[in-house]
Amino acid sequence: MRRALARIGHEIVERDRDLSRLAIVGIRARGDALAARLCETIRANEGVEIPLGAIDITLYRDDLTRVGYAPVVRESAIPFSVDDRVLVLVDDVLFTGRTIRAAMDALVDYGRPRAIRLAVLVDRGHRELPIRADFVGKNVPTAIDDDVRVHLVEVDGRDEVELVKAEVPV
Amino acid sequence: MNPQWSRRHVLDTDDWSRAEIETVLDQSRAMVEVLSRPIRRAPALRGRTVILFFAEASTRTRVSFELAAKALSADVTNITATGSSLEKGESLYDTARTLEALGGDVLVMRHASSGAPYFVARRTSAAVINAGDGTHAHPSQGLLDAFTLREALGDLEGKRIAIVGDILHSRVARSDIHTLVPLGARITLSGPPTLVPAAWRCGQPPSGVTYEPDVDRALDGADAAIVLRLQRERQQAGLLPSLREYSRVWGIDVGRMGRMRAGAPVMHPGPMNEGVEIDAAVAHGSRSLIEKQVTNGVAVRMALLYLLAAGSAALLEDRA
Repeated sequence: MRRALARIGHEIVERDRDLSRLAIVGIRARGDALAARLCETIRANEGVEIPLGAIDITLYRDDLTRVGYAPVVRESAIPFSVDDRVLVLVDDVLFTGRTIRAAMDALVDYGRPRAIRLAVLVDRGHRELPIRADFVGKNVPTAIDDDVRVHLVEVDGRDEVELVKAEVPV
Repeated sequence: MNPQWSRRHVLDTDDWSRAEIETVLDQSRAMVEVLSRPIRRAPALRGRTVILFFAEASTRTRVSFELAAKALSADVTNITATGSSLEKGESLYDTARTLEALGGDVLVMRHASSGAPYFVARRTSAAVINAGDGTHAHPSQGLLDAFTLREALGDLEGKRIAIVGDILHSRVARSDIHTLVPLGARITLSGPPTLVPAAWRCGQPPSGVTYEPDVDRALDGADAAIVLRLQRERQQAGLLPSLREYSRVWGIDVGRMGRMRAGAPVMHPGPMNEGVEIDAAVAHGSRSLIEKQVTNGVAVRMALLYLLAAGSAALLEDRA
């Protein structure tokens, strides 16, 4: 995981040489921890402090009428103007793409970024929307009913990516 | 999912747990952030309809709910007493049936009769929010006062809040008590004996609440004061000698503010009678949170609308 993040950090810097316009935004609840680590990586390598934000996409979900309870909304924090910035959106797992769609809708409510790029730790396939990641830690082939769980020290007390295979019906 | 929340209506906070109150306050924090964005609108309640049914005068509460519903992208319909069929003598029962047929998802209602929202809630499938019923309750005001106090003072555990003025007619006082006491605050009520419920004056105030007939002593060392509006429209003759006397004995001025803990804030649910229960210099001074209450009110009402209307009630019933 550490190596994957280090590589993504390098790729982000190579893609956008002008670091003064860059900002990193993590999607709660695990993308924000990964985003903080990416910032740290870039600071260590380049000596540049990249603005860091966190966004909660609950209010933008497209399945709010399909869930039983109102899911918990956490506070977003974008402590900089997004106008004309290149934003790197960070999440742990890219699956259907619906979370990313919601996150992009949320981000444009803050202004008009110059570009939004996407970095994910794991891409597990099965997209339902035309979305792809710019920076991928690892591609993991999965069946649609499998479960990919990312555990992070900041949230879960340990770093681990776990692939839970769906039970095959007998 | 939100394990602390399974309510269908918000009628009163008197039977809420501390966890439920804290859920609303925590969600309100997230909503404050939404309101600080350049585009103050999130799509969570797209396609949902919120009906604002105000059978009693109101500006800030109605506008606050309207802004809250719009900030979550709900459709909003207003029904007021004047200009509606209520003027033609339609009964509350028939109004409730009509509103039901119109198909609102949330019904926010204010009514001069205590208990009216309960009556309507039993006869509609919409989620009902009590926006003030007679002298009974005003839960969203209690929650926004708690939110505002928590932002100003931090944890309310052990904090002492003075509530001053016309307690008898005040649904705000009742809702403040039912929201602040579960959060650990202690309440000191103070007001003219004629404007305090007899049972609370003579030894049986609710738990966490004391009555202090001397307003100066009620304020001594308090962490915050909530000044209530003297409800002139609800005064029967004989409860007060005169407005001037009320202002002199119970009005909060800069001198009385000095009795509280240094820097302790003052709040007022509005609309204010400046120069009667509160001096203009206090109302607009640096320790006044009155405008903050108005801003926070929108966020707290967004949280309530979100908790009631996001997610599917049908699915909830399936699960039950």
